[in-house]
Amino acid sequence: MFDTSELVINMGPQHPSTHGVLRVVLRLDGERVVGADVVIGYLHRGIEKLCEHRDWLQIVLITDRMDYVAAASNNLGYVETVEKLMSLEVPPRARYIRTILAELQRIASHCLWLGTHAMDLGAMTVFLYAFRERELILDLFEDYCGARLTYNAMRIGGLPLDIPPRWDEKVRAFCDILDTKVYEYEELLTRNRIFLERTRGVGVIGGDEAIAIGLSGPALRGSGVPRDVRKDEPYAAYADFEFNVPIGMAGDTYDRYLVRIEEFRQSTRIIRQALDGLPAGPILGKVPRLIKPPAGETYHAIESPKGEIGYFIVSDGKSNVPYRFRVRPPSFCNLQALPRLIQGHLVADVVALIGSIDIVLGEVDR
Amino acid sequence: MPEPTRTIAPPAGPPDPPPAPEIAVPSFIATLHERLPGAVPRVSYWVGDWTLILESPRLLDVAHYLRDAPDARFNFLSDVTASDWPVRAKRFDVIYTLYSIPLRHRVRLKIHVADGEGVPTVSGIWPSANWLEREVFDLFGVRFEGHPDLRRILMPDDWQGHPQRKDYPLEGPGELLLEGPMEWLRLRKTDIE
Repeated sequence: MFDTSELVINMGPQHPSTHGVLRVVLRLDGERVVGADVVIGYLHRGIEKLCEHRDWLQIVLITDRMDYVAAASNNLGYVETVEKLMSLEVPPRARYIRTILAELQRIASHCLWLGTHAMDLGAMTVFLYAFRERELILDLFEDYCGARLTYNAMRIGGLPLDIPPRWDEKVRAFCDILDTKVYEYEELLTRNRIFLERTRGVGVIGGDEAIAIGLSGPALRGSGVPRDVRKDEPYAAYADFEFNVPIGMAGDTYDRYLVRIEEFRQSTRIIRQALDGLPAGPILGKVPRLIKPPAGETYHAIESPKGEIGYFIVSDGKSNVPYRFRVRPPSFCNLQALPRLIQGHLVADVVALIGSIDIVLGEVDR
Repeated sequence: MPEPTRTIAPPAGPPDPPPAPEIAVPSFIATLHERLPGAVPRVSYWVGDWTLILESPRLLDVAHYLRDAPDARFNFLSDVTASDWPVRAKRFDVIYTLYSIPLRHRVRLKIHVADGEGVPTVSGIWPSANWLEREVFDLFGVRFEGHPDLRRILMPDDWQGHPQRKDYPLEGPGELLLEGPMEWLRLRKTDIE
């Protein structure tokens, strides 16, 4: 007879499906995962410490480097927190353009997620399709601010730049393109037998457990919890727009996929409304030349493509650097659920689950 | 552009102002005072955020109450973090940011902790506290008692020190802080002499 014993293997930190430098120590019984330990920190750059030594305007640049596929969302969360701390009024035009940028960013991030997630599961074509559309968004951002990845696109109290001429027409054209392309993605995956077999019933987590373990964003909504910061605690201009919050029912990898696919459509819906109602006016509010928030502390959260990104900032009111700068990184908190999700599944499902919670290691490790 | 400066005299803590009399206190705070008298000695309100400031022995009582009470229902622990105020005897603030998904409101809990003093873990109440408390332990050195798995999480296991403390330098332990070219020059000059 053969003897059976547990096998411990390292997945990562250099593994193509971990989307960065994530190491998962798997304990296997044959093909089944009986335990997992997630080891992170390989990309730790001390961003929180660094931000406590940089002045308020320089930090916008550093926040770009956390979730580097959704830099504009990170910028938005940071500048809104400082505006809350200083009780600054942001002009409506700036709020509308911020909303457009944040939603474009959500589409770009979801495109990257869709491409890599499908490729992990063996569907190479979707990767090429999704990156084709992401490229169009990067072009739009390049038109807006000149950068393609780390935008530095927000300022405390408003925006550095107004939108260039005819940019709104380009964004509208892009929304029309994307709406047809989402059907193309769905044709490739939603009823695809292989994709269904790999995702249905994999990594099921119920709503209450998902809340308790700290999931947020599409990963939480996939479990049927209608929690979206854009609806519950509206920021930027989201209170002015109509959109739906898609939720899943089964709480498995397939439902998390469906939620994100529907978010593509809701995002273009928001962008169209924002372009229709784009008010005229200034793009920068009345901001003191020297940014020095009064002493105090505050927490402010927005809905990044990955989930709830929150900033907790303490100002001492005297120096021109924050006394304490803390980010609540959605990827970090969502990754915590990974050992629970992969319990009892096959090794091959681990890549499906890492893809389905959509992490960016730059944000996990900071 | 002014040079970023570090405060010379470090502040002794955030002001945590009490709510102005015209601000309506949320009902869950009023019932919390009734049900657990004396558990929350200070309440603060600042730019729309409510903070309950309490002592660490009562933390678990208050946390249990806030999660389960029908008018509070804080079922989502957004964040656990800390801030360091070295001039104080109890130098750390440990801050819990709570959110209620059914009732859509927020509150923060804050406790003051001395260096080396243990804090009861809330990971039995909100399992999401597991990694967040590990991060606070790693970066600040606050010990969470009863935590299921208190190890470093971001820094390597054999790291010395806790980087987010205010007395920890930005550029590595024992290294000099060289911010501008003039500081490099001054160093070179003393080398030559």
